[in-house]
Amino acid sequence: MPDQVTLTVNGTSVSVPAGATVAVAVAIARQACRKSVTGEPRGPLCGMGICFECRVAINGRAHSRSCQILCEPGMEVSIDE
Amino acid sequence: MSREEERHFDVLVIGGGPAGIAAAVRAAECGVQVGIVDDNATLGGQIWRGSLENGPAPDALHWLRSLQKLGVTELSGMRIFDQPDTGIVRAEGFEGSCELRYRYLMVATGARERFLPFPGWTLPNVMGAGGLQAMVKAGLPIRGRRVVVAGTGPLLLAVAAYLHEHGAEIPIVCEQASWGSLARFSAALLAHPGKIGQGIKLKRQLGRVPFVPGSWPVAAHGRERLESVEILRHGRREMIPCDYLACGFHLVPNIEFPSLLGCKIQGGYVQVDEFQRTTVDGVFCAGEPTGIGGLELSLIEGQIAGLTAAGAAASARKLFGSRNKAVSFSRMMDRTFQLRTELRTLPSAETIVCRCEDVAYSRLQGHTSWRAAKLHTRCGMGPCQGRICGPATQFLFQWQPDSVRPPTFPVRVESLASVTEHRGASALQQ
Amino acid sequence: MSPGFDAVVVGAGIVGAACADELAHRGMRVAIVDRDVVGSGATAAGMGHIVVMDDSEAQFVLTRYSQQLWQALRPSLPRDVEYEQCGTIWVGADEEEMAEVRRKQKYYVARGLPAEVIDAKALKQLEPNLRDGMTGGLLIPEDGVLYPPCAARFLVERAQQRGAKLILGTSATQIGEGRVALSDGTELRAEVLVNAAGSWSGELTPGIEVKKRKGHLLITDRYPGFLRHQLVELGYLKSAHLVSGDSVAFNVQPRQTGQVLIGSSRQYGAEQKNVEHNILARMLQRAQEYMPGLGALSTVRTWTGFRAATPDKLPLIGPACHDKSVFLATGHEGLGITTSLATAKILVNQIMGVPSEISIAPYLPSRAPKEKVHA
Repeated sequence: MPDQVTLTVNGTSVSVPAGATVAVAVAIARQACRKSVTGEPRGPLCGMGICFECRVAINGRAHSRSCQILCEPGMEVSIDE
Repeated sequence: MSREEERHFDVLVIGGGPAGIAAAVRAAECGVQVGIVDDNATLGGQIWRGSLENGPAPDALHWLRSLQKLGVTELSGMRIFDQPDTGIVRAEGFEGSCELRYRYLMVATGARERFLPFPGWTLPNVMGAGGLQAMVKAGLPIRGRRVVVAGTGPLLLAVAAYLHEHGAEIPIVCEQASWGSLARFSAALLAHPGKIGQGIKLKRQLGRVPFVPGSWPVAAHGRERLESVEILRHGRREMIPCDYLACGFHLVPNIEFPSLLGCKIQGGYVQVDEFQRTTVDGVFCAGEPTGIGGLELSLIEGQIAGLTAAGAAASARKLFGSRNKAVSFSRMMDRTFQLRTELRTLPSAETIVCRCEDVAYSRLQGHTSWRAAKLHTRCGMGPCQGRICGPATQFLFQWQPDSVRPPTFPVRVESLASVTEHRGASALQQ
Repeated sequence: MSPGFDAVVVGAGIVGAACADELAHRGMRVAIVDRDVVGSGATAAGMGHIVVMDDSEAQFVLTRYSQQLWQALRPSLPRDVEYEQCGTIWVGADEEEMAEVRRKQKYYVARGLPAEVIDAKALKQLEPNLRDGMTGGLLIPEDGVLYPPCAARFLVERAQQRGAKLILGTSATQIGEGRVALSDGTELRAEVLVNAAGSWSGELTPGIEVKKRKGHLLITDRYPGFLRHQLVELGYLKSAHLVSGDSVAFNVQPRQTGQVLIGSSRQYGAEQKNVEHNILARMLQRAQEYMPGLGALSTVRTWTGFRAATPDKLPLIGPACHDKSVFLATGHEGLGITTSLATAKILVNQIMGVPSEISIAPYLPSRAPKEKVHA
């Protein structure tokens, strides 16, 4: 049974298995990762750090590619507006 | 890692997929100092992506163990973005950036999926086929979820089988290639018995999942996220409710960095000689950037490149035969999975083509080149640097891509600002 | 034979576009020729600022006049021109620079340009991301920024609405004696030929002293609110003033998208388009000295461009010395966007033989050279 990691996504607490990516945490929290420049909800497309649709702010750093970043305990993730 | 840290390698491999790993292992076996860089948290690239559940891909295990035993320096979570001078590349990690010096450079940057726009393709939960698989491997729950798999290429079946094995419900796999193309492909597989074995295994894994050639998605529907996919099948439209759409149209080689290095690009691929040498001295290229060829070809090319760089050209030569065989398979794949012209009619006027900048199809029509469209509509000016909309517009409008400038990936301003002074003829004036 | 034109404009950058627009507006039949697309040379590469500069009285007059023309045009500009009157702050880092700030303020105010000296505290409030320890600055609220390729396109389209013909994808190989020879073998004839070919104008009109002055730029991803005004260091003028060597100066600009555009650099004698790492790094280090927070921002791309530079830092606007049919509208260095509209007005006035609102003498190609420069 893998360890769980707890982080917050837009203020909501989410628990994921250790080794999961932030993109997965955002999906589990039923959130879209970002709003496009005209306000459409968007989520990961390529899964490999190329499309930038999975961008979120992690611990205040904007435009972080969540599909390539592993969850860490206490991470604060918020949607890039 | 400190900001100005430098590392020296005899052979530096860019890309930790099968080609890169094979090159690194063979070079290291010859006793030279090897480093391998990859932007993911662990090595394996796409096809050998490890999963949360099971760890590294089984095929990859013995290669990865060799890497460790041979003392190859693994630089994970680092992205190469520039070559400030011959023999040096710059890499950025989550914290900091560094310079990596090399005698020989192995470009094994792999490929990415080709995405084609259609109405609704920007809805959350519409992903690439490899894209969804990567998310599932990274922990996305998929058991009991309905996934339509669509697009083209051998990746579709592999992904469908994987998802099916993990409990996803797959109502359909839509392959745009026709029955005729696929039948010819299957017949030609007789020359590649290993592939037939793989095919049979996949078919068994898929069980009763319908595989429908000559069909493709025409629209994705949903309000805040995907709710159903509309497909075209034998001239009829069908609406299929689902949770995810895994849709990709084969692969596009990642040739941006070798282009920046000045390697000659022929027909969209990096030109190499029989030893996998590019037209730039000291730079090798192996795997998908030299031609989309799949796992086997990547492994062979990687080994040839690694052996040659380490001075074992005679051993490299021994692999030429098996490479030729693998190349003929890859050419077959290209022909089979060619995109049909109907796919050019999929986007409607309002369909977003450039996702970074929300540029709709109608705004792009009428521009005569990628550059003109970019200047006047912002298409391609976003952080993906045209990697998603570029291949799409190339297919839709036959536009050719622009020249490549550093950085080849978005990096922090400070990473571009820290260029060491002591190097090169152009000393800084103060 | 080609249809009849009264004027042919070579170059569809911002200056050529403005000239074509003005010529068409005055009832002339115009052809515009460009070997690439509209707004693709320095127009595509530059920072798109509309800024009043005071390196010389003549420069002030031209930039101020043109800035006012942009303000008048603003209501007609479509959204994709992204016109923002964000203002410029000339930033002072020490007491010597503050003295210069006060001098500039007096100079501008005496000439009717609103300009306000702001102290260190006010500066920090206006631009929190500037490093601590700046001494203050000069705020010019009427300066602005826009997105040049779309501005050029707007002007060309206005000219086309009045019947102008746009010919793209073919170069002018020769201009003179009422003819423009094109690389596709055809030619255009007109009484008036305008050389608005920017950093390539010297290839078409031999003997004019227009040299390429390379610049580097970088644009970041979107960070709305990071930067509110265009910021320029006072040393910018020293950099622009230099007539040889490489230099960098702090100059950043907020785009309407929330992206930050970072410049600036100047090089003489660098004629290759490639991005040069050392110059780029120097430019970025300079920028970080003023705004340390820039370092953490994500870069989307970098590029270079060539400004058309003249020895006395003023553009060439008026009849060419050697040929009655050729008029020059080139040599705008870093002020092409700013002065494009004024250039068009005073050029077309000269063509039509009517006086201009400002003196045209400082910009005439026939003017006596004040400084001869050998780069």
